[in-house]
Amino acid sequence: MDFIVAGFIKAFELLVSGDSSTWTAVWATLKVSTCSMLLSIGAGLPCGFLIGYFDFTGKKQLRTLLDTMLALPTVFIGLAVYAFISHQGPLGGLGLLFTLTGIAIGQTILAFPIVAAITASTIEGIDTDLKLTLVSLGAGKRNIIATCLWEVRFGILAAAVTAYGRVLTEVGISMMVGGNIKYHTRTVTTAIALETNKGLFANGIALGIVLISIAFIVNLSLSFLRKQ
Amino acid sequence: MNKKKIFLSILAALLVMILAINAQAQNKNLMMATTTSTDNTGLLDYLIPHFEKETGIALKWTATGTGKALKLGQNCDVDVLLVHAPPAEKKYIEKGYGKDRRQVMYNDFVIIGPESDPAGIKGKSISDALNAVKNKQAMFMSRGDDSGTNKKEKLLWENAGISIPDKEKWYVQTGQGMLATINVAQERNGYTMTDRGTYIKYQSQKGGNAPLKVLVEGDKILLNQYSVLTLDPKNCPNAKYDLAIQFSNWMASQNAQNLIKEFRLLGKELFIPNAK
Repeated sequence: MDFIVAGFIKAFELLVSGDSSTWTAVWATLKVSTCSMLLSIGAGLPCGFLIGYFDFTGKKQLRTLLDTMLALPTVFIGLAVYAFISHQGPLGGLGLLFTLTGIAIGQTILAFPIVAAITASTIEGIDTDLKLTLVSLGAGKRNIIATCLWEVRFGILAAAVTAYGRVLTEVGISMMVGGNIKYHTRTVTTAIALETNKGLFANGIALGIVLISIAFIVNLSLSFLRKQ
Repeated sequence: MNKKKIFLSILAALLVMILAINAQAQNKNLMMATTTSTDNTGLLDYLIPHFEKETGIALKWTATGTGKALKLGQNCDVDVLLVHAPPAEKKYIEKGYGKDRRQVMYNDFVIIGPESDPAGIKGKSISDALNAVKNKQAMFMSRGDDSGTNKKEKLLWENAGISIPDKEKWYVQTGQGMLATINVAQERNGYTMTDRGTYIKYQSQKGGNAPLKVLVEGDKILLNQYSVLTLDPKNCPNAKYDLAIQFSNWMASQNAQNLIKEFRLLGKELFIPNAK
């Protein structure tokens, strides 16, 4: 039990002393998860909107596929991305293996179905009366879509928060695609895995506390947006 | 419109972050795959800054088992290897994946276990010890990850006339690095085989009073040779062969060899330089 208390003390020390390996891991985590969250929102929001807003044949099947993708294991995504960006793979020439960009690609695949599925659900949840009212008020198509999007802004925010939480905490993709390279692709989660492997539990717990703090700050700023 | 301003400034900040991802300088970078023992012991953290200072080459490494490290080289995902499985390395060169092999340092493998020594292996020869473990069905932790250590361990079982106890209850394959496996052995009060460097690191973590002790050592077959391997440019034309050779030469230089010799924990040498 000592190492839990030691972990809290260590976390404080690491952050206050400006320990470079901790801070580069924090920075790498922030960069890569923010990047993948934005990419997944960029792709997932329109997809989710199209799926939720329009009725078309195969919609149900598409939803099932999307919901299945929610369960994609991170180690499998990591392996698939590795196969593609390894020098022997089809995208090998881009030199993405062992880079943060590579990790971001994998995490985007992880977060995309989350954003798309939650967006689709919230759009589907819009009162059909709203659309009718808008039409009867003589609103154009563009206006209707804009109003619908505005109505579900908190749902989209929830999608972003969920996606961010997922990419911030995943370890499979970062480990396999990033290679856990010190000062470069070592993220907070892969650092925790490493410290635990080394039997340095206090260090692992310290980094875990750092990660939770990041999540807390991100959620705090998003809830601030909500109040505005 | 305060809301819009806040939103836009957040967006701008995020964009800057994304751009910063790819802004790292790409000149004179060398990527190495190595084993967990050179990384977990802290040797590379100690050694590589000297290399970078003297040559101006930035060396990055990923630490994994020797099996995967060789595979990463075969796939041209790295430029150079620092590994410890001589038979596999020689085959690797024969197959045309590796080019030059340079021995740089060694230590030895030891069998460690709880002080109570339930199978009574202390001081026995390696083959007798493994037979005793098998007969007593004492817990034995294996890396189980095709790393250099794992390859050696399998060879030792074979030499002792025992087929790999793959499915036995007392034979635990952790699938993890060396330090992690030692920690599993400690938790389960079992035996394991480790390189001495990692064992000393474990001892120093436990403040010099480690529950697991060295029980079998000194057999010639337990020698653990580390070598730098460059990749054959025919197989990997994009691998930085020149820089890899520079690294290989530097590791064999008098200066680096002295640094390796001076790397100690609890006053003990972890790796013994032996470049020719």
